[in-house]
Formats: sequence, structure tokens, C-alpha cells
Amino acid sequence: MDAMVRELSYAQAIQEAMAIAMEMDERVFLMGEDIGVYGGAFQVTGDLVERFGTERVIDTPISELGGAGVAVGAALTGMRPIFEFQFSDFVTLAMEQIVNQAAKMRFMLGGEVSVPVVMRFPAGSGTGAAAQHSQSLEAWLGHVPGLKVIQPATPYDAKGMLLAAVADPDPVMIFEHKLLYKMKGPVPEGYYTVPIGKADIRREGRDLTIVATSIMVQKALDAAATLEAEGIDVEVVDLRTIRPMDKQTVIDSVKKTSRLMCVYEAVKTLGIGAEVSAMIAESEAFDYLDAPIVRLGGAETPIPYNPELEKATVPQVPDIITAARDLVKGVR
Amino acid sequence: MAGASKAVADSRANLPFVYRQYSAEQLKQVLYKMYLIRRFEEGAEESYMRGLIHGTMHLSIGQEASAMGICMPLGEDDQITSTHRGHGHCIAKGAEVKRMFAEFFGKTTGYCKGRGGSMHIADVAKGNLGANGIVGGGIPIAVGAALSSKMMKTGKVVVSFFGDGANNEGAFHEALNIAAVWKLPVIFVCENNGYGMSTSTARSTAVKNIADRAAAYSMPGVIVNGNIFSEVAEASYKAVERARAGEGPTLIESKTYRHRGHSKSDRNRYRTKEEIEDWMSNRDPITLFENELREFGFIDDKGIEAIRSEVAQEIADGIEFAKASPSPDVSETGNYVYTEQA
Ligand SMILES: Cc1ncc(C[n+]2csc(CCOP(=O)(O)OP(=O)(O)O)c2C)c(N)n1
Ligand SMILES: [Mg+2]
Repeated sequence: MDAMVRELSYAQAIQEAMAIAMEMDERVFLMGEDIGVYGGAFQVTGDLVERFGTERVIDTPISELGGAGVAVGAALTGMRPIFEFQFSDFVTLAMEQIVNQAAKMRFMLGGEVSVPVVMRFPAGSGTGAAAQHSQSLEAWLGHVPGLKVIQPATPYDAKGMLLAAVADPDPVMIFEHKLLYKMKGPVPEGYYTVPIGKADIRREGRDLTIVATSIMVQKALDAAATLEAEGIDVEVVDLRTIRPMDKQTVIDSVKKTSRLMCVYEAVKTLGIGAEVSAMIAESEAFDYLDAPIVRLGGAETPIPYNPELEKATVPQVPDIITAARDLVKGVR
Repeated sequence: MAGASKAVADSRANLPFVYRQYSAEQLKQVLYKMYLIRRFEEGAEESYMRGLIHGTMHLSIGQEASAMGICMPLGEDDQITSTHRGHGHCIAKGAEVKRMFAEFFGKTTGYCKGRGGSMHIADVAKGNLGANGIVGGGIPIAVGAALSSKMMKTGKVVVSFFGDGANNEGAFHEALNIAAVWKLPVIFVCENNGYGMSTSTARSTAVKNIADRAAAYSMPGVIVNGNIFSEVAEASYKAVERARAGEGPTLIESKTYRHRGHSKSDRNRYRTKEEIEDWMSNRDPITLFENELREFGFIDDKGIEAIRSEVAQEIADGIEFAKASPSPDVSETGNYVYTEQA
């Protein structure tokens, strides 16, 4: 690719992807709460309404079930909606249309239809927004066949995966960590896609595989830099897509390093860590393991308001360093 | 509610509702609380700007008469569910500002022990079942509380506060229908401040008045000027009587305005400076009430001054209390997820 590469924030990268998608295909349009003149709660749509008008950047009433359902219906009948939830937590109000309708429609109708809807979910904790505005619910949707669920961790991936999502014929759910929106990184101009269903090895290493998602990828990389100085060589796998999961990349990595740790912000149990661990336990990589698998996830509690408690509730870089060190040194 | 004596009442016969219904002392107390709400929010706003409070908050400055008017006829046992813009409701229902500040500062002495913050402020002992981070989230819960009242024969009336934006959530419609069919002692109070975040009711809502929606659920739909304390209190009084008599729910639409932006950051691009200015200088609920009190002889300038300085003191003390209170220990993050059992 010889396109010009600039530094963009994660939010700007998403905005650029949406603009490109709308320029390329007039069926693409945006729906969501306060995405027009307000620019979106996190300023991701920004001033797109000025470029594309209120016909294609549509403010909905505060009606998540209805709004998401309308997007599903429009997608079913030829349009290409990108629906923004103001916070991922509000998916709870729209579960019916996503889980019972969008995910199953193609299957129930024997392949006669498809639902090319894209839904975007600002997710995660760290903003002091307390228990109803800080959750990481991606595994809920990851449990539903018929949906694709992605968690880009860099501005580059955010743009490329959104464009892949728009081009995808099936419903794609994008979980965007709110603390990533301001993160900057290199993003090429113009159209490109990053495939859904493909993990990325963000750092190669010999001693330990850390499978991380979303904001935990950067935290794992930061931890890996510290551990390197201690002679511990960490491989960081950015899962990027949780459904369908790229099993092979994880299996190959574990076969190489013989140790696995999963790091994610969502509540630890019954989530992505369990899935990745079980997948490895079921695979040929199991025989290569030199130590028990470790999961580092969110505490078994809602996200508290108090900032110190909030931080203590999700894995931080020092937690990753300690857990990785113990794992590699065999401390249990 | 113990009101004005017969002789006093006669002399006030031509005055608006609250001046006939309540004593001078009670009305002065209302003014005190309106100021308390305003200064509390100004104090919270300032603390936020100075980085003493994190997260976000939604200020109800400009809507004080609505909160106070609705809560006026409620007893201490009656209950409310509130919203993300709920500081006023909380104070109107009897909360202490020092414990509210403590919550905003994330302290153990706060109403939610530092776990909830502004968006989940509550005072269960005083009947405030909590603000809510989910638009419309409290409406069915209020109906449930009213069902408890009916089944347990406690005589409690429940008020559900929500905004104009919330009336487009399915929960609103489902809850109103259930309450009407089961004739529950609940009052739905839509504080229509013209906007749900940036979206005006004209762009979000198919009916001109939210109160029009009451017809679909066979309950009275009442519109009041939410910036005139007496109007709000009168509508609430009637709705409470109806609820207590077992006649079922009422929908009150209290038309008002928020002076501040939606939340901490808001460029106000969806409304004009002139519009904001007009509401602030010509329809401020505290000024309107104060002027009436003065005009009808319930208070003089000295009395008003006394209230203002007492409020200022309570606010200053509250902030000090919050600052001096302990933070929860990080070893306690797991508390309150489930009910503690011996
Ligand atoms: C289910 C849900 N959707 C969206 C939001 C984000 N949000 C918070 S307040 C708000 C506007 C609410 O408007 P309104 O009901 O009129 O109350 P107001 O803020 O004007 O007091 C929005 C969209 C939310 N908290 N919950
Ligand atoms: Mg409103």
C-alpha cells in the first residue's frame, strides 16, 4: 500500500472509515442517538452530518430497541446501516432485535436473506461513569451464532475492520473501548480493509503467549516491555475478533511458547478467557503447555464509581507483569 | 400535611394553590431547598472543574421548582424513582447534601458508599429508590413499587421522574399501560426540558405534548408550567390524592428547561444562546417563586438573605464533610454484589 500514512486517533480513524464507506456506497448511512449536530457522545461521528446531511446521519429518538430494529430491517431490505449505541451497556435494551432477529434471520429463512448491519458499541471502564456505563459485554454477543463480534485495538485496525464490517454481508458488532478513542497511531489514507476473523501477533516472543483483547493489548505490550528487561520474552496476540475466533494463530503461538495467559477487561468468569483456554485445552497445543493457563480478567463485580476501586476492578499493567512473571517462573 | 390555619387561609383565598395550602414556614423551607439544590449543583460543578470529582454529572439547574413541587405533597414514606438528572429530586425528597457530596467524592459516607456517584445517587431511607443511568430505567421500577404498596397495603404513593427523551423508550409505554390496567398508586412525572441530550422533542417525539400520551393509557394527562412551584405542587397534590384513593395513575408533564448543557461537556450546538438566556433571565424558577413569596408577603429581603447565607453555610460544610471522609479500601471492591449473609 503506498497511500499516505498519518497519525490519527482511534476515533478519527473510525470517522474516516465511515466517511469513506458513505462516499463509496450510497446505501451506507448512520443512525444513533445524538450523532448529528452533537457529533456523538464521544465525538466519533463528529461533523459528518455537515458533510452527508441529516438524511444519512440520522439522530434517533432515545429508543434503542426500535432504533436497532429499524437498522436491522433496513439492512434486510437493501440498505447498509451503521448503528451507533451511545454506550455499549444499552445493548441490553436492544438484545431482542440483535439476538433473536438479526443473528438468526438468514438461518431461519434458509439463506434467502442476509442482514448486513454494522453496530458500534463504545465500551469499557475507566471514565468514572459507574456500573451502567462501563461494562464490557462483548462476550454476550460472542455467544450468538450468526453475529460477528470484533474488538479493534488500534486506529489502523479500527478503520480497516470497520470497512471490512460494512462490506460484510452479515451483522457485525464492533466493541470500541472508550479509553482508546484518543489513542493515536498510523493510519493510511483511503480504502483498505483488515480481515474479520484474523488475530494479529503484535509482538513476538518465546516464553509466554498473552492473548489480549481491545485496550488490554496495549497494556500487555507495556507489560511485555518491562518484562523484556527481566529476560522474559512475551508474545502478544491481539485477538481482534472474538467470533469467529482465529484459533490457529493462538494454537501456533502456544505451541511455540508453551505458556498461555488471557488478558481482558470483561468479568473474568464465563467469558473470552474461558473460551480461549478451553480451545487450547481441546487442541494439540495442550500437550505443549508447561504450566497451567492463567486468566486475568475483570473482578466479579459491577464497575464501581470510586476511581481507585474502579481501577482495581480491571487488570492494570502491574497486574499483568506480576502474573506473567509468576507464570514463567513457575510460582503458583 | 399541616397547612395554614382557617383565618390565614381566608385571607389568602385568591392566591395560587400553595399559598392557600401551606404555612409561611413551609413555603420558606421550599425556597431554602430550591436554593440548596442550586447551590449543591454549583458546588458539585465547581468541584468537578477543579478535578475533585471524576466521572460525569447532569445538572438540573433551572428545574428546581419541578422537583420541589412534585415532592411537596409526598410524605416521608412515599417513594420516588429518579433519573441521571436527579440531584434535585434527591434533595427534594429529603436527602442531606453532605452525604450527597460525599458520594460524589467517592467516599464511604456517601449515600452509595462511593460505589454509585452522581448517576446513581439515592436515599432509600427517605424513599428515594435511586437515580438511574438508563434512560427510562426507573419507570417500570416505580410501577413495581406501587404494586408493592397495593399488595402490602402500605398506602405509599410512588412518583417516577423521567425526562422527555425517556418517553420514547419502550419501558415508558409498557409501564404506563400496566399501571393503568392495574390502577396502581403511581404518578408519572415527565420533566420536559425540551431536549434529550441534543435532540429536541420536535425531532424525537410524535406528539406535541408528552401528556397527550396519557390518553393512550386511559389516565389523566396534566400539563404544568414546571418553573412555577405552585402549579407543579397543585398538580402533584391532585395526582397524589387520586393515587391514594385507589383511582390509579396520572401522567404529569412539567415543562421546564435546563440551564446547563446536557452533561459535563456540551457545546450547546443544538440550541441558541438567546433561548438559554431567555429562560435564565425571564423564567428562572427560583426567582419566580421568590418574587411571589415577597409579593404575597411571606418573606422580605432580609428573610431571603438569611436563607441564602444559611444555604451557603450548609454547602460549605457539606463539601468539608465530603473531603474529610474516608475512601473505601480497594480490598472492598467485592462488597455489596450479593446480600451479605451471616
Ligand atoms: C437507555 C439509554 N439510552 C441513552 C442514554 C444516554 N443518555 C443519557 S441522558 C440522555 C438524554 C435523556 O433525555 P431526557 O430523558 O429528556 O432527560 P434530560 O437529560 O433532558 O433530563 C441520553 C440520551 C442512556 N443513559 N440510557
Ligand atoms: Mg429532556
